[in-house]
Amino acid sequence: MPTLLRRYGIWAAAMIMCGVLPLIFKSSFSISLLSQMGISIIFALSYNMLLGQGGMLSFGHAVYLGLGGFLSMHALNKIGGGALPLPLELLPLVGGMAGVVAGVVFGWLSTDRSGTTFALISLGIGELIAASALMLPSFFGGEEGISGNRMVKMTLTGFKFGKSVEVYYLIACWMLLSVGLMYLLTKTPLGRVANAVRDNPERAAFIGYNPRSVRTLQFTLAAFFAGLAGGLFAINYEIITAEMVGAHPSGSVLMMTYIGGVGHFFGPIIGAVLVTFMQQSLAGITHAWLLYFGLLFVMMVLWAPNGLAGLIMMHEPVWKAGLLRRLLPSYLAILVPTLVMLTGIMILVEINYHLSLSINPDDPLTLFGIAFNARSPVAWGLAIALAAVGLFFFRKMVRWVNQSWNEVTQAMKGADR
Amino acid sequence: MLEYLLFSVLNSLVLGMLLFMLSSGLTLIFSMMGVLNFAHASFYMLGAYFGYQITQAVGFWPALVIAPLLVGVIGALVERYGLRTVHKYGHVAELLFTVGLAFIIEEGVNLIWGRNAMTYPVPQSLDFPLFTLFSTEFSTYRMFMLLISVAIFIGLYMVLTRTRIGLIIQAALTHPQGVSALGHNVPMVFMMVFGGGSALAGVAGVIGGIFLITEPAMAATLGPIVFVVIVVGGMGSLTGAFVASLLLAAIQTFAVGLEYSLTDLFALVGIHGQVSGLLEDLGRIQLSHTGPILPYLFMVLMLMFRPKGLMGKRES
Amino acid sequence: MLNKVFAIFAIMALALVITVPVMAEDTIKIAYIDPLSGAMAGVGDAGYKHFQYNAELLNAAGGVLGGKKFEIVPFDNKVSPQDTLIQLKNAIDQDIRIVAQGNGSSVAGALIEAINKHNERNPDNQLIYLNYAAVTPSFTNEQCSFWHFRFDAHVDMKIAAITNYIKGQKDIKKVYLMNQDYVFGHAVSDASKAMLKEKRPDIKIVGDSFTPLGKVKDFSPYVAKIQASGADTVISGNWGADMSLLVKAAKDAGLKAQFYTFYGNGLGAPKAIGEAGIGILNSVTEWHLDLNQEEKNAEDEKFFLDYQEKYSSRGEVPYYYGRIGTTMQMLAAAIEKAHSTKAKDIAYALEGMEYQTPYGKVTMRAEDHQLIQPLYISTYAKAGQGTVKYDAENTGVGFKTIQRIEAADTAMPTTCKMERPEK
Repeated sequence: MPTLLRRYGIWAAAMIMCGVLPLIFKSSFSISLLSQMGISIIFALSYNMLLGQGGMLSFGHAVYLGLGGFLSMHALNKIGGGALPLPLELLPLVGGMAGVVAGVVFGWLSTDRSGTTFALISLGIGELIAASALMLPSFFGGEEGISGNRMVKMTLTGFKFGKSVEVYYLIACWMLLSVGLMYLLTKTPLGRVANAVRDNPERAAFIGYNPRSVRTLQFTLAAFFAGLAGGLFAINYEIITAEMVGAHPSGSVLMMTYIGGVGHFFGPIIGAVLVTFMQQSLAGITHAWLLYFGLLFVMMVLWAPNGLAGLIMMHEPVWKAGLLRRLLPSYLAILVPTLVMLTGIMILVEINYHLSLSINPDDPLTLFGIAFNARSPVAWGLAIALAAVGLFFFRKMVRWVNQSWNEVTQAMKGADR
Repeated sequence: MLEYLLFSVLNSLVLGMLLFMLSSGLTLIFSMMGVLNFAHASFYMLGAYFGYQITQAVGFWPALVIAPLLVGVIGALVERYGLRTVHKYGHVAELLFTVGLAFIIEEGVNLIWGRNAMTYPVPQSLDFPLFTLFSTEFSTYRMFMLLISVAIFIGLYMVLTRTRIGLIIQAALTHPQGVSALGHNVPMVFMMVFGGGSALAGVAGVIGGIFLITEPAMAATLGPIVFVVIVVGGMGSLTGAFVASLLLAAIQTFAVGLEYSLTDLFALVGIHGQVSGLLEDLGRIQLSHTGPILPYLFMVLMLMFRPKGLMGKRES
Repeated sequence: MLNKVFAIFAIMALALVITVPVMAEDTIKIAYIDPLSGAMAGVGDAGYKHFQYNAELLNAAGGVLGGKKFEIVPFDNKVSPQDTLIQLKNAIDQDIRIVAQGNGSSVAGALIEAINKHNERNPDNQLIYLNYAAVTPSFTNEQCSFWHFRFDAHVDMKIAAITNYIKGQKDIKKVYLMNQDYVFGHAVSDASKAMLKEKRPDIKIVGDSFTPLGKVKDFSPYVAKIQASGADTVISGNWGADMSLLVKAAKDAGLKAQFYTFYGNGLGAPKAIGEAGIGILNSVTEWHLDLNQEEKNAEDEKFFLDYQEKYSSRGEVPYYYGRIGTTMQMLAAAIEKAHSTKAKDIAYALEGMEYQTPYGKVTMRAEDHQLIQPLYISTYAKAGQGTVKYDAENTGVGFKTIQRIEAADTAMPTTCKMERPEK
């Protein structure tokens, strides 16, 4: 029983959580946020099948999301018109199949080499598809895109899908299913060989696996899930436009996957949840959210290349050894200057945005409940001082953190012996 | 027709040389360090904004010198404190670092200069038509751009072939490890090349910001096309970048004049038919509409069938 | 290992505290859904300030329904239809029933669809949508909706204004059409061809070019083509960089043709184009900042100057959307007339409403909810001479009207078959 719980407990917990969340967060904004998160999770995980598991850095993954979405939307309109007998719940499969077709073609064309060559080909294909999307209005619907009505007669579950919470449950089911499938894929021989091809294509070729075929297969599967996410997108928003195949979603899935962490299966899930939340909520709070987002991304690249998941998993052995408590004092100590420094930077950024974008730059700016004039030298001085002092102590505390880590590592090594 | 041809040649030369100024730095960086620098066009944008700001303060001519130097210094700092830190995580991390940097530079420019275009007019001393042929004028500023970029091309060529550092750079282009083994300070060379490449982008920005528009989106619109240039030109080949710049500019310029579509082509060989939907769209697209997207097609085909590029010495 | 992840997941979810602000009884909230971050934020931000300014003026005059005040609540949609729909839900959660949006026909189309569906599915909290800038004709034709009201003249109406002017200019012989290659650009081109043929069959259309949206860096080859075609007039629906670059390249080549455009004096264009536009660049709008001088309207001058003082960032982003004033004032009038703030009542009150603006009477046509208003074709002119008193965006360049087109002459027939809810 304990093994059973350990093996399947997480999945059960995830299911329960997906079921319960909309009961806690009832507003339609949070429901649509949760739905968007579900779609992003599938999309980010499918992206990580390329980047994390296959070593293929793609700048055009949205092509498959978008194509899947467009085909699903056309299919949805056919269902609504009675020309296609397919229950709505299975519509994302149409998107997935569109992804597979596009994935086989473009995958075979672009996976002869990995690395920079692959990245550039994906960039080129992305630009080509995005540019032609506006030129082919009969399929992509021009600037206005294609819209549809998800309230069709043919459903399996008896849901009418008029309410967004019903759509949320549909997305949650597909999300859980896809996450499960993608997790299982990493355990199959294909998943393993994909890792081998990522790490050393020559050796993989030497033991009889054609790297190009392996990459194409992996690429196609990733495109399937991206297309599936596109199908869910079509159902959720009931509209899809040409920009969905463009550079913007491609870049944003790259960022969410990387911030979450490419080295661990669950990394992109964290990234998708966090970034979607930022995109929808932070944007309502501050004009500067794109800047914060960019800074977060660069900081992750510089100091935490394994993403949030990497940071978390770094502590797993320490936790198992029961030594986490020895790290805590230094962590608390570094938290203070970090917060001070971030506060300083934030004030500087907000002051500047206030001056350049607000209704009236002379109106007082309210930050942390304090209103002040953005031009006042006091505010500027304070912000710069906070940032500088924070940085100074931050650098000192980094040494302490490193030292604690060394001690802990030593202790663990000692325990091993 | 002659008029159209002549001016199209001149215009494609101007655009081509601007592209070359941008891509020469990028191709040096890419070939030496293996870093596909997504922030390169952002340095071009910084050049334009610095150029604008300095022009406001002290005039265009000082700006033409100071702004690129500033951009070069920033580039060198980015290499020293940013790229070198992520170098140990591999090329993907380096590349992503530049992606993030491009993002931050764009938002930073928004923050400081706002989101609208800047008024960055042609300097008065260059603001007159140089000559008029038939009925079309050719502006002095365009000629000035052409001259500057030719001068830079010659200067770059001299530095790379006649100076010691140039020889080291050339060697590092093809055999980075070998150069390092000979005892040269390769990280230092990297920093200088990165700074120098950024400064070149800065020059392109100062003069291109006037020619085109100085606005926060300028980096994003020009960024991908520079990649096309270095891919088509080939790894490690300045000459290749030069040829590719001119070629791409010519393609874009001349495609505009060709108003032929697939439907016309089929009509030519005697096929007339009524199609609808997607096929009709495809048939309707004229060559002249595709000018600006042809480069990407070119790049994808080149990468698939000749990854070395036109004149590349090796694959990435 | 996944256990911990889901623990984090749960914490994050808990962090999703979405505050529902307490709804004050005496405010009427308007959701302003437009880009406030990213590349288009400059335009979206300016629109927000326009609404804010007009709301303040109405509030200072006592509000509506005996003291209810307007409040503009901004939502950032990043010009993306999907973000727009999320923000729309956000607005609905905050009990907002009036939506204003303008940038991007893709967004407007998505909003119309979404609001139609919402109002059908939730008959007791319906929404009304005030469109101040999305100009695709279909929104007040085949796609028309009872809940949608457009305060900007659509593509066909603007082309009607331009071709009406061209009809009277006998020296115009050859016209070149230069547009962006997407639905809007094609609509401009098609309407121009049809109306020129009808109004001036002798005019030859010597070129009909389309460029990929926002991809062209140097327009010189296109200008060379225009030059070679011998055109004396160019009609263009281009906006943003595609507009500025076109005019700059034309100036460089010394092209003698006149440009008739939609967005030649749009936000940011005077800055990017500057004096290069003088004498060649004409635009069709319902208002421009030197109109108050030409028509000697002191009230409108004060209106403009107050905005200039308070909201324009020292003149950098001056008042531009004259129609936003009309939008807000007509909304206030409709609320008074309906004596209600319910979307359906406001919509019925707005239908067919006539309103007196500083520059003439406007009508919200009942058949299709399209505002019929007088339009002006104005040209770039050096500021400081004659009626060109004020300059745009501190460039030293202002505008001069060359033709006023009466409201009735801009009205186009509609194919709209409006479905109305029961009163």
